[in-house]
Amino acid sequence: MSKRILALATGLAASLALAATPVAAEKVKVGFITTLSGGAGIIGKPMKNAFELGMEHVGGRLGGLETEVIYGDDKRKPDVAKQLANKMIKKDRVDIIAGIIWSNLLVAIHGPVTRSNTFLISSNAGPSAVAGKKCSDNFFNVAFQNDMMPEGMGKYMTDKKIDNVYVMAPNYQAGKDMIKGFKRMFKGKIVGEVYTKLGQKDYQAEISALRAAKPSAVYVFLPGGMGINFVKQYAQAGLSSKIPLYSVYTVDALTLPALKDAAVGTFGVQHWSPDLGNTVSRRFVSTYREKYGKTPAFYAAQAYDTVMFLDAAIRKAGGVGDRAKLRAAMRTVAFPTTRGTFKFNNNHFPIQNIYLREAVNDGGNYVTKTRGVILSAHGDSYAKSCPMKW
Amino acid sequence: MDPLLLLEQAFNGLQFGIMLFLIAAGLTLVFGIMDMVNLAHGSLVMIGAYLATTLIAWTGSFLGGLALAIPATFAVGALVEVVALRTLYRRNHLDQVLATFGLILFFNEIVRIVWGPVSLYSGLPDYLMGHVEIFPDAPYPVFRLVIIAVGLSVAAALYLIVAHTRLGMLIRAGASNNEMVGALGVNIKSLFTFVFALGAVFAGLAGMMLGPLTSVEPGMGEPLLILAFVVIIIGGIGSIRGAFIAAIVVGLVDTVGRVMLPVLLRAFVDDAAADTAGPALASMLIYILMAGILVVRPQGLFPARTG
Repeated sequence: MSKRILALATGLAASLALAATPVAAEKVKVGFITTLSGGAGIIGKPMKNAFELGMEHVGGRLGGLETEVIYGDDKRKPDVAKQLANKMIKKDRVDIIAGIIWSNLLVAIHGPVTRSNTFLISSNAGPSAVAGKKCSDNFFNVAFQNDMMPEGMGKYMTDKKIDNVYVMAPNYQAGKDMIKGFKRMFKGKIVGEVYTKLGQKDYQAEISALRAAKPSAVYVFLPGGMGINFVKQYAQAGLSSKIPLYSVYTVDALTLPALKDAAVGTFGVQHWSPDLGNTVSRRFVSTYREKYGKTPAFYAAQAYDTVMFLDAAIRKAGGVGDRAKLRAAMRTVAFPTTRGTFKFNNNHFPIQNIYLREAVNDGGNYVTKTRGVILSAHGDSYAKSCPMKW
Repeated sequence: MDPLLLLEQAFNGLQFGIMLFLIAAGLTLVFGIMDMVNLAHGSLVMIGAYLATTLIAWTGSFLGGLALAIPATFAVGALVEVVALRTLYRRNHLDQVLATFGLILFFNEIVRIVWGPVSLYSGLPDYLMGHVEIFPDAPYPVFRLVIIAVGLSVAAALYLIVAHTRLGMLIRAGASNNEMVGALGVNIKSLFTFVFALGAVFAGLAGMMLGPLTSVEPGMGEPLLILAFVVIIIGGIGSIRGAFIAAIVVGLVDTVGRVMLPVLLRAFVDDAAADTAGPALASMLIYILMAGILVVRPQGLFPARTG
């Protein structure tokens, strides 16, 4: 008899203890998915570095709570990203999944993650597919909507009255977005429009075709290794001095060390540049350089902003358990951002400034210099079709 | 389309085809002579590229680095043959596929450990950076012309060796009946090692020339390996001549198809559909070509083992 009671009591106590744990010591679990292997490793590695740097700056605790970060390498493959996200949700039971460089990977995991009541924070990818009708209250983008930079470039080239432009992008969602966004604001004539294989390495055939079309300027979107290969081969073909090259997400602090003189004089558009004057950005750039010996690119700045955003939002909401409270905090929280100003649109995408940047050789140091604001407090063009109101 | 542009694209295709030939040559020799399916051939492209990039940086000279990387790749090839492949010749093809697939994983991991997972980028020395006007108003990069020249010289040298030397006679004899060659007192073991290492050097050479054009990274040889298999299937297994012609054909079809198909499609369907379908269809072209040739000539264009 007493034995049974004892067993019952133990059982009850155990169940109480189990129920009590999450309340007693709330812990934040974040999964950070990025690409660490292959050509895209030059994007993913600095993002991981910057995320770690951000975690250091908040004392390893998001919102003052004990935090565990689980890193995953998606190998730039949608199926791998999906498996990782699934594992993080079901096995690791993360509260938030962040990271994600590639738009096609984001589209692949967007549904499963947001439906599982886990927050998905994009630190880079911003495809139109999830910005309009399919926007989700569990998804936030702290980077940009894909079309923003090409819109800026289209505006700039129109303002400069540049005509007869040849455009090129990889044949995938973001590539299409980048051309569509460019055309939305570019009023001149487009003499050629080419989509290449994602991850293509040799662009000689495309370069021959491009030159034959005799454009007065070239606009490309070729991120990471693709851009290094293209710009290098563009210079090898002797075109950099003949046809000016304008690009988005192609020439930046990541690719410049490999490109060097091949990229000098080319123009780009970005929402952030290492030479921005605000305090957060200056501190980020100097501590990043100190720790990793390199100038961070905007990818890294976004990963850093992701930490600052999560830290501020979790602190404001007082934890991650109450998802609705956390969501409300995320929407309106003011956090120290490397971009100086940042606000969320109704579709949870940023409203921010878009800058013109030029690649220069600064005494053997290849960097981008800000050459002015093209669009200020620019919101994306899909927000109006997003049904979310708050 | 402008005929001059078409000619230039054919030149681009030729350059790509020659690159494929360098890879396919070793593959077809090993397949034809040792009756060995070597999936790890692409890894030798990667090893050659990594060795060259490292040795060029170490010696500070482009040619000096290559001069060291070529014997080094030969040594790696010989080592792989002696340690791993030699035990597989008598096994069936499935065992060989499994074992050499294991080698791919092994090599990719070794490269990741030694050089790291992030791609390496290397440049060209100034004397290879220029361009020549092969056609009026169409500057062509010198280095790509060098690739074509190197590839053609390798093809010519291979032809001379295989058709006009004693070694070549043994290779041809080995391709048609290696047991008989062994029975006649030829040291078939060292012949196999030599042939394999030679194939490794050709593959490595392709990797070395790819390095300055694109990037050097783990697994860089695998996409090329698939194309090299297409080449030897079209060309006829074991045939150098077949591999050469098929490589050029595949290079031309792939390159010209890639730039022409979207343009052609735009004439039939609307632009957006053509832009999506064009690149997708272009990447299928060589497989369609291979399937077509297999229907007409299942043994390939120039089969080495006839009768």
